[in-house]
Amino acid sequence: MMKDRNFDINVHHVTRVEGHGNIYVNVRKGTVEKCEWNISEAPRFFEAMVVGRTWRELHHITSRICGICSIGHTLASLRATEAAMGITISEQDLKLRKIALHAENMQSHILHIGFLVLPDLMGVGSVIPVASSNPEEVKTVLSLHRLANEMSNLLCGRTTHPQRLIPGGFSKIPTMKELIALRERLKASVPDLQKVAELFKTLAPKLPDFTRETEFIGLTKPDEYALYDGDLGSTDTGTAPVAEYLSFTNEYIVPWSTAKRAKHSRDSYMVGALARLNLNYDKLSPLAKQTAELFDLKPVCHNPFMNSIAQLVEVVHNVEDSIRLIDELEAAGLQRQPDYNNPEIKVKAGRGIGAVEVPRGLLFHDYTYNEKGVCTKANCVIPTNQNHGNIELDLKALLPKILNKKEKEIELNLEMLVRAYDPCISCSTHAVKVNFV
Amino acid sequence: MAKPKVAFFDFAGCEGDQLQVANLEEELLDLLGQVEVVTFREVMKEKSDNYDIAFVEGSCTRLQDEERLKQIRKNAKLVVAIGSCATIGGINSLRNDKDLDDVRKAVYGEDARLFDSYAARPIDAVIPVDAYVHGCPITKEEFLSVVKALLLGKKPDIPTYPVCVECKKNENVCAFERGQFCVGPVTRAGCNSCCVNEGTICWGCRGLVDNPNENAHKEVLIKYGLTVDDAINKFKLYFGWQERKR
Repeated sequence: MMKDRNFDINVHHVTRVEGHGNIYVNVRKGTVEKCEWNISEAPRFFEAMVVGRTWRELHHITSRICGICSIGHTLASLRATEAAMGITISEQDLKLRKIALHAENMQSHILHIGFLVLPDLMGVGSVIPVASSNPEEVKTVLSLHRLANEMSNLLCGRTTHPQRLIPGGFSKIPTMKELIALRERLKASVPDLQKVAELFKTLAPKLPDFTRETEFIGLTKPDEYALYDGDLGSTDTGTAPVAEYLSFTNEYIVPWSTAKRAKHSRDSYMVGALARLNLNYDKLSPLAKQTAELFDLKPVCHNPFMNSIAQLVEVVHNVEDSIRLIDELEAAGLQRQPDYNNPEIKVKAGRGIGAVEVPRGLLFHDYTYNEKGVCTKANCVIPTNQNHGNIELDLKALLPKILNKKEKEIELNLEMLVRAYDPCISCSTHAVKVNFV
Repeated sequence: MAKPKVAFFDFAGCEGDQLQVANLEEELLDLLGQVEVVTFREVMKEKSDNYDIAFVEGSCTRLQDEERLKQIRKNAKLVVAIGSCATIGGINSLRNDKDLDDVRKAVYGEDARLFDSYAARPIDAVIPVDAYVHGCPITKEEFLSVVKALLLGKKPDIPTYPVCVECKKNENVCAFERGQFCVGPVTRAGCNSCCVNEGTICWGCRGLVDNPNENAHKEVLIKYGLTVDDAINKFKLYFGWQERKR
């Protein structure tokens, strides 16, 4: 019967993902003739836009590559500018930036698992019906999301497109009292997180049991779960300095998609929560490790659907590590800084690379400045671009295994796979190259 | 009375404005008691062409997007532009002062002619727009107040004075007194001078205020020490399309 099957799947603009992406499938006589992951988002030319702009503005402009990971883009941008000009920041600012990154990671992951993935596992089209069928659970997710947003507000002055993060540090920092209040709320959120974990535990059997061996790439550090900084790490080839990033990302172009792709030691690789967990499992906080154990999630896990569970584990880590960082800030005594802080910076020519782990994976900003501090060249490598190739190869590997299912179910499974990567398509078309062959 | 049907659409932008709508959290549930969301690709699978209010985020950057916008205009009773990219062209218009042919060639190589990409522009450069929610990103509060006004059949109350008015009220130390440069004197208020309150400057994301004195402000920037090029660049960050039109 399979041999007689002919069908096409054209999912135009996959829903509940950020940006516009399409899945195209042709099956003829039970054989997959085409299975493509295609990006149709409008190009935005950021790398051309920042050329000619000064170092004071680059983080403001590149933050706008993505509304969902704007703190991550801002931090990668600041780290590139700071590296280019030899600017160092204080230990205190470093800790505050790490908390800001935790806040965004929590916000983005909770949005993804609670609003975008949960409906698939409950068999509905959006979180709106879930709000009626499971009001308590949805309220718990909303309160965690709100906490993450308030945390971003406190550290960055805003949830989206941060204001306080500037070259050399912060224009304004929270008070110790505010940080202590945040710590209490983070502690109080732990039972809520456990509730969400239990909910996902009951739904986890609905995640397809699918594996395809691949390479995982992310930042890694000997002494912490690397997010703000670290060396490049690969599950295939070990570690390398960030300066060698281009030999990891090797961006290339396919004719059927408007976004660049990347490959390293194999035909594709994966970045994001699952990659980080696979590389840095031992450095997860104690409760985060317990959460991973609840789902039997151990390195190296090759099931991309488990990325959503890895995100849940990371949220627990974000909470616990933020509590630890606030403890440290309190122990050291928070140093106040001048109002409208504007660190003195000695402008000089040079090139700098900022590599930061953002919700969807490893992000690079690479800037070259002239002696006036005007940007002459920029390159940004986005997590979702690095994942596009892996997404398509996963789709191609998954499809033949589910050909006996109904067409609608096949379509849903393919969409769920794309969604598991939490793709951010606006980001990935920040610069587009298309070649026709 | 049936609940008004609303739809969300996005063009070239970062989707940060739709995120602010998702960030309404509990208030979003309240809002859902008043309206029915029929299309919101970022958060729901269902979609429909039958809607009363269309919220549009992002700039129009290619001819093929014009068709989509015109269809939205046809379907909707009210079109609301949300966020700087949609209201004024926003950061996207930074590319407009580059030689677009050069940009396209640099990006697309030999196939540049196959790609339709033109100066980034706000939504009202293509279709009539009924209301605006300014800012990069929009604020939840202003979004709700515009929605409330529209549901009551009123004209949303958008300030026609510059950010300086709010900034003074907030007793901020003026950026110029701190040795920094700011476009608050020519930028539309309504943000409660949020960026200056957080210790930085006004970047201009809400666009030029009605009847701005741009030339006088450029002279001020130069008087305080900016070069002519830097002063022009300050304006280009967000005002590129508006200045081109004036």
